[in-house]
Amino acid sequence: MMTQANVVIIGGGISGASIAYHLAEAGVKDIVVLEKHYMTYGATGRCGAGVRQQWGTRMNCLLAKKSVAFFEKAQEILAYDGDIEFKQEGYLIVASDEAEAKTFAAHVALQNSLGIPARVCTKEEARAIVPHLNTDAIHSATFCPTDGHLNPFTMTDAFFKAAKRLGVHYYDHTAVTDIRRQNGQIEGVMTQHGFIKTNTVVNAAGGWAKDIGAMVGLDIPVYSRNHEILVTEPVEKMQGPMVISFSKNIYCQQTPHGAFIMGRGDKDAPKGLDMGSSWQFLEAMAKTVSDLLPPVGELRVIRQWGGLYNMSPDHQPIISASRDVPGFYIACGFSGHGFMLAPMTGLLIREMILGQTPSMPLEALSLERFEGQEIEELETSVV
Amino acid sequence: MDNMNPKEIVICRCSDVTLADLFALFEQGYRTFEELKRIKRVGMGPCQANTCGKMVQWEIAKYFDIPLEEALFHNLRPFTLGIKLKHIKEGSDT
Repeated sequence: MMTQANVVIIGGGISGASIAYHLAEAGVKDIVVLEKHYMTYGATGRCGAGVRQQWGTRMNCLLAKKSVAFFEKAQEILAYDGDIEFKQEGYLIVASDEAEAKTFAAHVALQNSLGIPARVCTKEEARAIVPHLNTDAIHSATFCPTDGHLNPFTMTDAFFKAAKRLGVHYYDHTAVTDIRRQNGQIEGVMTQHGFIKTNTVVNAAGGWAKDIGAMVGLDIPVYSRNHEILVTEPVEKMQGPMVISFSKNIYCQQTPHGAFIMGRGDKDAPKGLDMGSSWQFLEAMAKTVSDLLPPVGELRVIRQWGGLYNMSPDHQPIISASRDVPGFYIACGFSGHGFMLAPMTGLLIREMILGQTPSMPLEALSLERFEGQEIEELETSVV
Repeated sequence: MDNMNPKEIVICRCSDVTLADLFALFEQGYRTFEELKRIKRVGMGPCQANTCGKMVQWEIAKYFDIPLEEALFHNLRPFTLGIKLKHIKEGSDT
């Protein structure tokens, strides 16, 4: 194992992989990535594999739009020998009533102003896009044709393979036990397999980011919560877009492989690191999907699991340098959407570390934005 | 067995993964069941590794020359058998 590094990245999910790649691509040498379990053990490998640009805040829209532009070329940029399975067949976001439709119309106006090609649809237009949609259960919808599906495993693998070719050192089954400091400066990272001397650490630990922050005395205002999900047997293609509803609490898509993936949140689930599966989720999911997308009810569930949303106070990510701990960088609090924003996470952290001009204003992503502040702009488009 | 072609030995029938596919992944450095699953979908199909699981574990142990108990089995999750969503819904309605 390396005993010295220019940058140590903690977390072997999509964020850590993208940060490692972007730094290495800019010529940084001796980069180490540490993963406690195995690649995509955490939220990345447990997510719904969706990529969308239909957000309610300007910051999330911009991060998502620029990330989609990367995903469109990722297979070539990263020279990946597998398939990242990026399929742009859209997200259909259904509104349950007039009030929700009104909110969505305002979101679409924001998205359009930023160049995102979303549009409002009537029930009939929505049914033309997803023929088996039960339009009696909805008021209207919005649709963005360039949203879609991306394989979390192979996308992360693509970043890591490219990063390794550029010299990045990746160690899995290597837990971080402490971050050592001297006079406020980071000295290095202690792992279960030894000490790595470094002045620069990136916290990309997802559901565990708060614990990593505590190692340098930071109280990052995030918490984790289990969100459950299931997958069906694979069947012939019957649904192109992701269908999603915030008020009905469901997202559901058919992957290119043929299986349907669907999930929902539970606002009463305890905060913490539990990632278990429950019958309560299964029942609620079966009812919701059978009502909204009746033919999907005919499919057999073959597996269910859970994963952690790392929630920030305004449901937007924290992509930030620490003011109080020089050399400590944070990429967490993605509130369930770190996978689809990862290209921008990697780029922005690289720009911070190398002192490059940021690709977008960073204030709305900073850790310090929460200090004594009322939440200025809350993202509500979260399942 | 010795004269059989690894390309023709199907390990995972749900996801069409051959022994040659496993060897290729081993050579690239993937050495745990969980990694094989994520890259090639081994054990992620309708049988949930009930058919291939032990074989995958055995091949990992053989290839890396480690005791079978160190070639960790994949994380077992519900379900054991596929069940229709509408049957779960109907069951909860009664």
